Amino acid sequence: MTSASTNDIEFRSVSKSYGAVTAVSDINLQVPKGAFVALLGPSGCGKTTCLRMIGGFEQPTTGEVWINGQPMNGVPAYRRPVNMVFQQYALFPHFDVEQNVSYGLRQARPRINAREISRRANEALEMVRLGGFGKRRIHEMSGGQQQRVALARALVNKPSVLLLDEPLAALDKKLRTAMQIELQTLQRELGITFVLVTHDQEEALSMSDLVCVMNAGRVVQLAAPREVYDRPSDLFVADFVGKTNRIAATVDADGSTLRLADGSALSIPGRTGLKSGSAILALRPEAISLHRQNGSAPGKLSGIVTHRIFLGSSADYSVAVEGLGDFLVTADRRDLADGDLVEPNEWVVLNFDPGAAHIFPA
Amino acid sequence: MRAFISAVYLFLYAPIALVVLFSFNAGRNASEFTGFSTMWYGKALGNTFLVAALQNSLIIALTSATLAAIFGTMAALGMERLRPRSRALLDGLFAAAIVVPGVVIGIATLVALVEVFSFLNSVLASVWPDENPPQLGLGYGSIVAAHGLFSMALVTMIVKARIASLGRDIVEASGDLYATPLTTFRLVVLPQILPSVLAGFLLSFTFSFDDFIIAFFVAGSKTTLPIYVFASIRRGVTPEINAIATLVLVASLMMILIARILMREKKPTN
Repeated sequence: MTSASTNDIEFRSVSKSYGAVTAVSDINLQVPKGAFVALLGPSGCGKTTCLRMIGGFEQPTTGEVWINGQPMNGVPAYRRPVNMVFQQYALFPHFDVEQNVSYGLRQARPRINAREISRRANEALEMVRLGGFGKRRIHEMSGGQQQRVALARALVNKPSVLLLDEPLAALDKKLRTAMQIELQTLQRELGITFVLVTHDQEEALSMSDLVCVMNAGRVVQLAAPREVYDRPSDLFVADFVGKTNRIAATVDADGSTLRLADGSALSIPGRTGLKSGSAILALRPEAISLHRQNGSAPGKLSGIVTHRIFLGSSADYSVAVEGLGDFLVTADRRDLADGDLVEPNEWVVLNFDPGAAHIFPA
Repeated sequence: MRAFISAVYLFLYAPIALVVLFSFNAGRNASEFTGFSTMWYGKALGNTFLVAALQNSLIIALTSATLAAIFGTMAALGMERLRPRSRALLDGLFAAAIVVPGVVIGIATLVALVEVFSFLNSVLASVWPDENPPQLGLGYGSIVAAHGLFSMALVTMIVKARIASLGRDIVEASGDLYATPLTTFRLVVLPQILPSVLAGFLLSFTFSFDDFIIAFFVAGSKTTLPIYVFASIRRGVTPEINAIATLVLVASLMMILIARILMREKKPTN
């Protein structure tokens, strides 16, 4: 009897280097069974290398990758209980849709009989809403359909882990959103662990229940999407996940007062014992409120609107504040007194709750 | 300019057209056309020496092209796994093999084979139990070897180009779907590269079938079709030769045409 592991995937101090180049260094990671985890980071951060080490296409230089409680070092891709959806789908052009989907089942030993293979392949095609497309050639399918064939081809094998390498990158925005919902629904229904590689933070936040933010070959933060957004572990995460205003400041010797570049002082409630010296204040655009300047309205900062990007229910403003530079502010239309949009070149006052700001050493 | 280009093509193709035309000549004179007839084709095919030479050529072309297709494909597949620097070196060597003049290949192969055979024959003579050890000499084997080596470079270049456009990811996808490397080769790689392998085979066949220079050096006492034609032309050009030339021309053109069709890139999917 093998003891049931609660983790489907585990990285134990995994490093990978190609010659002198280190792609991934000393990664420790645990993905619980049935989780939807997103590996998020800029290109070259090592996220794809991590995925390929799970798939068995790369072997770690040092450390171990465990799947299902089994060490996987030296185990080739074709003996691993995982399946992958490739970025360019990698469908076999000389097979029809059903032959593509049944490919994995046909490799099973002991053999599965032909009728059963065909039944399961068609079931998988139904699942991705491609029932009846089995006899089509691959090149007769659109990009979105090919994507689903790739998905069915992987899921038909009932893997313990499904790997997705930027699977939505080649789709247009509307299709991408539809597929995001579809993937999420499938994952919930099947209960299979999904590992998604993406550089699109919106995709990572909206689909996964665990985000692993990577930079320069390391895991910077591993947490739920909301946690990553609300409490970024460092300035990189704050910048990469969502938008952030960076305000240069100095922490006073008392460890609780911040002095901004324009000389104004700011005390952060409940936040004491900060390391004195220069620091960066990170503030989300939606944490700042914006009002027309009409004499009486008190504000922490005042500035002039330089650009406006209309987004429908809200608008992004770029506001130049003297001595502090440009601020990005997202304003909900409902928050403006008359529901009216502020125009460029108008003077505005900005307010924010200092408690919403994150302070990082510079 | 137009006249110049026309002249170039005229000089290129007029003699060939004349050969084809005179192969259907009813008379025996190679300078005046006296009427249409296919009698020279019949004569040519009734000539036992010629048919024997044709048979030799076919056996040699078939064998060398088959060997070249197999080993050339293996070389192309193997080179995929090399590091870029070693691959570039091998690439260069294969390309060089193709541009080396036939005369040089002929002489070099002849010298090498004679040396090797005389050494092996002396070894054989010393270990053979009785007085009549087998003698290794020039013949089928040496022509097949010389043609096969040259053609292998050709096949490697063609198949390599196809592998390069194949993409690593469908091979990885096959592995991801539990196929062993051997199964992946059988189900995914081979069907994809097969047209290029066949194209390489056909070009190799054509090359071997048409080659005079290399074969002339290493043939020993064997007569291939081009060697027979060369020898008989010294006794004057007869319409029979024209008929053979026309047959060879048509067969070669067909092969090259099929090879070209096979090598044509398929339209990218999506």
